[in-house]
Amino acid sequence: MGFLDSLLGRTKPVKANLDDLFALPSAAITMQVALGFSPSGLGSVCYKPAEGAAFARTQADVQQLLDADQGPDVELSTDTFGFSWLLIRHDPSDAAGLVTDLHAVNSSLEGAGFGPALLCSLVPFVHADGRKVALVYLYKRGTFYPFAPLPGQAQHRDNALELEVKGTLASDLKVEPDLSRWFPVWGAPGM
Amino acid sequence: MARSQLTANDGGRRSRFAADRGLVSRMFLVMFLLGLLYVVFVGALLAVNVAWQLIVVVAGGFFFIQFFASDRIALFAMHGRIVTPEEAPQLHAIVDRLCAMSNTPKPKVAIADSDVPNAFATGRSQKRAVVCATTGIMRRLDAEELEGVLAHEMSHVAHHDVAVMTIASFLGVLAGIITRFAFYAEMFGGGGNRRGRNDQNTAMIAFFVMIVSAIVYAISFLLIRVLSRYRELSADRAGALLTGRPSSLASALQKVTGAMGQIPTRDLRSAEAFNAFFFTPALAKGASLSSLFSTHPSLERRLEQLAEISRELGEGR
Repeated sequence: MGFLDSLLGRTKPVKANLDDLFALPSAAITMQVALGFSPSGLGSVCYKPAEGAAFARTQADVQQLLDADQGPDVELSTDTFGFSWLLIRHDPSDAAGLVTDLHAVNSSLEGAGFGPALLCSLVPFVHADGRKVALVYLYKRGTFYPFAPLPGQAQHRDNALELEVKGTLASDLKVEPDLSRWFPVWGAPGM
Repeated sequence: MARSQLTANDGGRRSRFAADRGLVSRMFLVMFLLGLLYVVFVGALLAVNVAWQLIVVVAGGFFFIQFFASDRIALFAMHGRIVTPEEAPQLHAIVDRLCAMSNTPKPKVAIADSDVPNAFATGRSQKRAVVCATTGIMRRLDAEELEGVLAHEMSHVAHHDVAVMTIASFLGVLAGIITRFAFYAEMFGGGGNRRGRNDQNTAMIAFFVMIVSAIVYAISFLLIRVLSRYRELSADRAGALLTGRPSSLASALQKVTGAMGQIPTRDLRSAEAFNAFFFTPALAKGASLSSLFSTHPSLERRLEQLAEISRELGEGR
């Protein structure tokens, strides 16, 4: 934000960066080869639903778009903070297709003027031993960070695994350098 | 530079998140008048050749302390305590999400153990910012309303309101100190051994300086209050656009202002000095300040603006 903007108290909502999400398919391969985590075939988009008829209509359009022509299975849910999660089920082997579906949601919201409402996208990966880690894409930063909840324990993160993922994926996608922005998304759909 | 890029990108698409031009231009006018007053005041002091440099140094000292220690002063006065994500997971989660939505660095999060339902933000820069909520407001509001309040506070941080208001108040503080100095000079200055025309002249100057400073103080006081009210409206607007839920903020405002009148007076008085950074002003029971002197716009004015934003958001394309 510029000097004049803060002097005059103007904030422009930040536009979402949709492009860097496409780095995901190559990262999925690295996750599998280097760490043994395979895609779960799930992916979700999290956004803050604005009040009013315009947003409700946009959201209905998005769901209709995804449901059409034997499209992916879509599930809408709301978390305790009032954010909406649109969960998409896709063939686990087709990471590129999943990203295309996620992008369809993003571009529909942006097209209706609700780009600033996008919070993050979440793509979970599973290991043969049951561990889970999700790659979270921050729309406003255009960066990813790993989120690995410890199974069985209430709200504890496997920081060692997260840092391992960070190091492994550094060449595939933009990993969020500021660790204070790696916020936890407990209870996110698909985790 | 970033701004021109944005407007260029927006191209033909109508943005739902526009700034309020009227508010911006009114705020600019107030700032201009404050600056003008500053120039006139310093000019008047120079004209009568007062040793005002000393006073500027003293006032400047206060200013720097306030500017650089604002976060610690406010937290200390409100008995706020910085909390970790483990201690206050819900509050941290809301702040985390707001930061991710607005792409701003995460401020420190604090809780003040007080039943006065309020929240405030302090700190001169985004990196030094602290957002504090009282236990009273966390108990009364649901998650979405609390989010609206925190979005309002984080907009204060994004607008650098602590810095802007501290700098704006500097003139008022300066004029107030000079009024007092001149008053004492007037009272005791004439009692020395040397009498005559020279002394009479000094007394005249002291009287002149006192009158000018008092007028400057009064005008700057009013202008600062106007500026403060505009900053609040801007923060309301920015916060509501960030969450996309102006109605949640409106309902939080209604809940909090309704409850503000029911709290014990003692607790409130100790909070009054920090009104400028509060979510809603803490006024002692029975105090009926006219809207002219208020640091915050009236509830009606704030609700009206939020209703308008709600209408804008709901419009189809």
